[in-house]
Amino acid sequence: MFSDVFKYSKYKKHYDVIVIGGGATGAGTARDCAMRGLSTLLVERYDFTAGATGRNHGLLHSGARYAVTDSESATECIAENMTLRRIASHCVEEHDGLFISLPEDDLAYQSKFVESCLKAGIRAEVISPQEALRLEPSVNPLLVGAVRVPDGSIDPFRLTISNVLDARRNGADILTYHEVTGLVIDNGRVIGVYLRNNLNGEKLEVRADITVNAAGIWGMLIARMAGATINMFPAKGSLLIFGHRVNNMVINRCRKPANADILVPGDTVCVIGTTSDRVPIETCDDMRVTPAEVDVLLREGAQLAPALATTRILRAYAGVRPLVASDDDPSGRSISRGIVCLDHETRDGIEGFITITGGKLMTYRLMAEIATDMVCKKLNVDKKCETAIVPLPGSDKQKNNVSDLKHTYAFNVRQGRYGSMADTIDDDTETDNSLICECEEVTVGEMKHVIVEQHVDTLTQLRRRTRLGMGTCQGQLCALRAAGLMCILQKNEASKVGVDLAEFINERWKGMYPVGWGATLAEAQLVANIYQGLCGLDKFVK
Amino acid sequence: MSENMQLCNVSTNELEQCLKCSICTVYCPVSAVTTAYPGPKHAGPDGERYRLKDPKFFDEKALKLCLNCKRCEVACPHGVKIGDIIQSARIKYTKHCPGLRDFTLANTDLVGGIATKMSPIVNYTLGMKPVKSLMHATIGVDKHREFPKYSAATFESWYKKNAKENQMRFSKNISYFHGCYVNYNFPKLGMDLIKIMNAIGYGVHLLDKEKCCGVALIANGMPKKAARNGERNIAAMQKSVVNGRQIITTSSTCTFTMRDEYEHLLHLDNRVAKDNLSLATRYIYRLVESGEVKLAFRSDYKKTAAYHTACHMEKLGWAVYSVGLLKMIPGLKLEILDSQCCGIGGTYGFKKENYPISQAIGAPLFKCIKELGVDFVSTDCETCKWQIEMSAGVEVLNPISILADALDVEATIELNKKQ
Repeated sequence: MFSDVFKYSKYKKHYDVIVIGGGATGAGTARDCAMRGLSTLLVERYDFTAGATGRNHGLLHSGARYAVTDSESATECIAENMTLRRIASHCVEEHDGLFISLPEDDLAYQSKFVESCLKAGIRAEVISPQEALRLEPSVNPLLVGAVRVPDGSIDPFRLTISNVLDARRNGADILTYHEVTGLVIDNGRVIGVYLRNNLNGEKLEVRADITVNAAGIWGMLIARMAGATINMFPAKGSLLIFGHRVNNMVINRCRKPANADILVPGDTVCVIGTTSDRVPIETCDDMRVTPAEVDVLLREGAQLAPALATTRILRAYAGVRPLVASDDDPSGRSISRGIVCLDHETRDGIEGFITITGGKLMTYRLMAEIATDMVCKKLNVDKKCETAIVPLPGSDKQKNNVSDLKHTYAFNVRQGRYGSMADTIDDDTETDNSLICECEEVTVGEMKHVIVEQHVDTLTQLRRRTRLGMGTCQGQLCALRAAGLMCILQKNEASKVGVDLAEFINERWKGMYPVGWGATLAEAQLVANIYQGLCGLDKFVK
Repeated sequence: MSENMQLCNVSTNELEQCLKCSICTVYCPVSAVTTAYPGPKHAGPDGERYRLKDPKFFDEKALKLCLNCKRCEVACPHGVKIGDIIQSARIKYTKHCPGLRDFTLANTDLVGGIATKMSPIVNYTLGMKPVKSLMHATIGVDKHREFPKYSAATFESWYKKNAKENQMRFSKNISYFHGCYVNYNFPKLGMDLIKIMNAIGYGVHLLDKEKCCGVALIANGMPKKAARNGERNIAAMQKSVVNGRQIITTSSTCTFTMRDEYEHLLHLDNRVAKDNLSLATRYIYRLVESGEVKLAFRSDYKKTAAYHTACHMEKLGWAVYSVGLLKMIPGLKLEILDSQCCGIGGTYGFKKENYPISQAIGAPLFKCIKELGVDFVSTDCETCKWQIEMSAGVEVLNPISILADALDVEATIELNKKQ
């Protein structure tokens, strides 16, 4: 049914720039490069957002969190916060946040906090505990102080995909499931990458004038391929997702940043996080959340919103922050969360190679701008960055604020997920309007849309684009339906889809396992009974 | 794990216990006949997650299709109060004020009070085809509906004139919540109850200023008025209990509303109802079972009947008492119908937009009743009675009326005297 539109394996032999990494930073850099007229290739070893981009809070930082300890980050955050509200309005929920002080917290910190926020240009308004409780009834009623700041939430999946789509619209090529196995080096100059297709093992070589390493924590391994050393410290952060929204405003703790002190409402759920622990780079491909981490997250989370102690947890997950030690400190003690853009030509004598790392999801666009500026300088291209002005696909029209009763809520949900792109989703027939995922309101029409437009070939990709399987049942009902549709829509063979389905269900279980008690355990048992007991899916497990 | 954390998941109406198994949707009578309704799981727990995110996701048109039968809650293996989630959402998020039709249908007390005063005219007028068509076109009451007849005098006025004095001679006493139907439409049922209770040695008294239980007010978007009624009924029940009188009813829906909906939907403290309010069939069955009273039946009573389990009886789990009581009648050949919704849903089926759904839901039941060819159908719900009488063409009687008819009053009085 769908021709080769989604077969995105098209590539040229030579580009102006190759960007490594399909996270927010890589996608943003590819977009920026393409918008400045450079011929661009984006390579990603798995799917978009498979790394830290897809494993964080989804918090639209106001920067307040860093105001006291890291004013530079705070200033960057608030600027990008305001920019993202404009250019990525369909990925953003503007609900503001609270920084609450509990009796054991020092109220003196609050005044210092507010002062630092204002200095960084962040709106910070002290409100009474009563007012805080009125605005956000889930907040711990023992609070003694509260500050309201322009926090929000942002969907990193949508954000990244929108950047990819815009990069493609501007002529960039995209290769997912292509892993960089080495850099092509000629006379101390990086002139391209060796790639392996992770789906079929095929090997290829692509050349470019400049290669940008935007591979997050894995960037240190890429740099190593060029013979450069970056002092990176993988810091694992674990988070818990709750079954429904407990809060409708972000709740932070007004104290020095610590474990589990941010509760973010996003879409139909809320997320508490994070922990922070150094881990070896070798473990970064398979992060597991430990019972001790779950314990900390719950204990601290319930301090922010007591309801968390009794709210169903859907799953636990962990990501890895790419923290970088400053170059002038070989001991690695002074770690910044700021943006690090390395010109390996001046730093290590390796030409044609740039690493962009550090930073945060919030500053992905700025990171992309900095990296692209450097690329342009090297290529003598004189073109200004426009990514802060031109809206992303989906945010290019006025938000359709629909609360019209003639529409189903699946319609409203789609408007939220795709913004103006939702107009192109088929909803004329009963089939197109049928729900595949009932928890997250994913229709057949929506699934058809993302298969064609957004590089979807597996159920996990489908989940990242649509939220299918991210709801209460974690794929119990939708996964099989979606698998069936995959067979029909893509003419995929049942055995291939069976393997895909087994992987999908196992991946869902991975997140449920650390919180496998109560209703979540009962849910998992039901899923196991259906897929293993009834359908015999275990025969597809590789 | 920290102390007391995550020992249980606490959420309003057990929202979080939902495992998405969809059994509720399988049992939903509305889902079975129309795709316009997303089903209890989707309208309830699924939709609630979105409504918690933003009230704009409240889909009133879809949620209005729920007839509040609570069969979803009976079906749920995990104790989720699905029907309550849906009805609570309607109460919380609706912005519509009830129109003339819904106001009229909901205010059974007010309308009944006026209608009984001029019942011959009202009954005649409501039966006229042009009037039905007019109401269909203007206010949206379906023209196919047959209206329950209004009585010439209310049960309360009959009671005061003919029964009240007589009740003082009993040593054992009970209060009777008669409800709007008995008061305005069918006082005979109340008389039947008094006949039985008196025969087994119980005096029957009315509550001090009984109000409509409020079920129709809740369903038609007037929860505040329903709560006011509820508070007054609770106060009246408390007074009755203080006087040593438990309360019985002859309507499954009134009972269910006061026992469950007062707490779940109106958030009233209704412990007095939970502890002391019972359906008359259950109350009598228990008296007989414990040996406290005995029943004697007429030897010339020979009838065939089919028992229909009203939705709220299913939810209460009390059909066994009504059936058990009917089975005590030697001359009654009783068939038990499969428990399924008749489609009326109180005032739901009276609305023209719901009429086709209402009749489609009841169709299998009507067919079954017609094929059985019984003398009459028995059910504990008055609105089921209207629906079945209109759609299956068979007389429908409350178990209490059947019992009263079959009872050998003199013999029963004798039996209970000896004790």
